Amino acid sequence: MTALSQATEVVDPVPGASSPHLPRQPDLVQLLTPEGERVEHPDYSLDISDEEMRGLYRDLVLVRRWDIEATALQRQGELGIWASLLGQEAAQVGAGRALQDGDMAFPTYREHGVAWTRGVDPLHVMGLFRGVDNGGWDPVERRFNLYTIVIGSQCLHATGYAMGVQRDGAEDAVLAFLGDGATSQGEVNEAMIFAASFSAPVVFFCQNNQYAISVPLERQTRIPLYQRAAGFGFPGVRVDGNDVLAVLAVTRAALAAAREGQGPTFIEAFTYRMGAHTTSDDPTRYRLASELEEWKLRDPIARLKAHLSRSGIADAEFFAGVDAEGDELAARIRSGTVDMPDPAPSSMFDHVYAEQTPPLAAQKAEFEAYHASFEGGEH
Amino acid sequence: MAETFTIGKALNLGLRRAMEDDAKVVLMGEDIGKLGGVFRITDGLQKDFGEDRVVDTPLAEAGILGTAVGLAMRGYRPVCEIQFDGFVFPAYNQIVTQVAKIHARSKGKLQMPIVIRIPMGGGIGAVEHHSESPEAYFAHTAGLKVVAVSNPVDAYWGIQQAIAHPDPIVFLEPKRRYWEKAEVDTAATPEPLFRSRVVRGGDDVTVLAYGPMVKTALQAAKAAEEEGRSLEVVDLRTVSPLDLDPVFESVRRTGRCVVVHEAAVTLGLGAEIAARVTETCFHSLEAPVLRVGGYDTPYPPSKLEEEYLPDLDRVLDAVDRSMEF
Ligand SMILES: Cc1ncc(C[n+]2csc(CCOP(=O)(O)OP(=O)(O)O)c2C)c(N)n1
Repeated sequence: MTALSQATEVVDPVPGASSPHLPRQPDLVQLLTPEGERVEHPDYSLDISDEEMRGLYRDLVLVRRWDIEATALQRQGELGIWASLLGQEAAQVGAGRALQDGDMAFPTYREHGVAWTRGVDPLHVMGLFRGVDNGGWDPVERRFNLYTIVIGSQCLHATGYAMGVQRDGAEDAVLAFLGDGATSQGEVNEAMIFAASFSAPVVFFCQNNQYAISVPLERQTRIPLYQRAAGFGFPGVRVDGNDVLAVLAVTRAALAAAREGQGPTFIEAFTYRMGAHTTSDDPTRYRLASELEEWKLRDPIARLKAHLSRSGIADAEFFAGVDAEGDELAARIRSGTVDMPDPAPSSMFDHVYAEQTPPLAAQKAEFEAYHASFEGGEH
Repeated sequence: MAETFTIGKALNLGLRRAMEDDAKVVLMGEDIGKLGGVFRITDGLQKDFGEDRVVDTPLAEAGILGTAVGLAMRGYRPVCEIQFDGFVFPAYNQIVTQVAKIHARSKGKLQMPIVIRIPMGGGIGAVEHHSESPEAYFAHTAGLKVVAVSNPVDAYWGIQQAIAHPDPIVFLEPKRRYWEKAEVDTAATPEPLFRSRVVRGGDDVTVLAYGPMVKTALQAAKAAEEEGRSLEVVDLRTVSPLDLDPVFESVRRTGRCVVVHEAAVTLGLGAEIAARVTETCFHSLEAPVLRVGGYDTPYPPSKLEEEYLPDLDRVLDAVDRSMEF
């Protein structure tokens, strides 16, 4: 029995039937305890080299460093807004590193850690939040779609892309990211219905960070989210989202199943957004400091670091090296952002259509002439 | 009692008063409870009226509008907050195929007294989908009324009038002006909701605007005055139904008309207004009705929004062109 078909069996046959008010505490797939102890899980094992393990740690640290730098840059007025991933690094790095080259990822607006694993230049992401463009990376080349801000829309795109993969007879799989709040959208539900109905090779990766802006999980669902999958007819798994090893193992298994023609999986990465929803948000209005303190004890980086040092996989020199790399990255992001030029004004008329229309070309020419009339003038 | 409020505060107080006046008024939306909405328009209302009257909904716009239809059938008056203009589209189907048509389809047996509050327009440096002007989509749909307020007085009274009104109303709030202040007399008799108003008298050109662009039009009028030109500014206040009688009267005097809005010019409200003014005032016009609006491009990244949005220079430029005829 594969890990995934096993996972189906932990799903209630009738979701929520036992007691809708007291949802059964579900099994949480974990390979690394919050204290950093490596543990085995009967359904999910992870064969990973020391080198790869160090690589994951490096990813986590660098992604966090980037996030911290971006938050600071927003505070200094260099970015319009920033959606922080603080606390969700393991969920994103674990999921991103489970992807193979040919796989396609469909992010929301917070998946900077996944972008990192796909080799997207952080400055492209910074450009979006600075307001110079809508994300400057090449989604085809990076196999990482542009960020999608309208909640849930990307799940349908991911499913359609997966249907394309299927038609092509390709061995690739698709990973769609969504939040816990997004599960309420009609489009997300439609995506799951299409995915199930066509057995599309798509994995829905939900980062349950417990809040949709201010609205807690209980307002979106009465049952653990992973159990929703049963209603659509495919497996749902809940994984410790702060355990990068478990996330990697579970996502790899789900993508493998998709590749083998077994259809979709829903992964609920159980995690917590440590920061504000975005830099415009004030989380003290809707959550208690004590909750934050509790989650700090499950920090994804501290736990991997404990494991690496305790098991001798990495030493002080390695950690210092990663920190130094973080400083370099932060400096590059800072100067790159501050020095980022504004786009040419008339660029807004470009790329509206693949084939420019005469009226829009005329509007562009008029705009340029109007602009030129100010040059050297008093305006 | 006259006090000075921002547009945001005026809306908050107007909602509060509407909820006090009518126990059937129910607010629904994402993050409107504890957080008070992302713009804090509903700040403190859940605390005072409870979770049944100020409902933090699941994250589902079709859900918000679709359930509002059912609540309205049951005698409630739902006031739905859409967080940003670009997020109304998941609910668009419910609004244009259901909310707008149920009264006609039921031959008047069912009313849809639903208010759909949308912070609209740009100018706040946001990422995409946070700065759009979707008014024409709604104004093009029979069965909907579309209000676009520009100042604290209309915000305070307008939201109460919209809630008390029997038809569905898309209520557009000028998000970049939420922090603008003016004196509001909360004991006054309000002006009727669906009427336009001359907000500045003038003789040379009639300038029409609504929502966030009213301030821009007034700024342009002030600048024009310094150059010895007199602009009459009309705040439409409601874009569907249009109240154009004061506009016709004004244009018959000035002979010139410029319409200003943020939405893309092509097939926007300005096109309709230009046609109507031309039909009615053809013999008084000294120049074609001109439009100033957004370009026919997606709303650009925020570093370019000042280029996209009509500003006082573009309004004055249109005024110049009108005068040249
Ligand atoms: C259709 C739509 N409605 C509303 C919003 C505004 N909004 C942005 S993020 C957000 C909460 C999303 O919560 P969740 O799906 O849990 O993801 P998270 O931000 O927690 O990662 C909301 C309501 C939006 N972007 N799109």
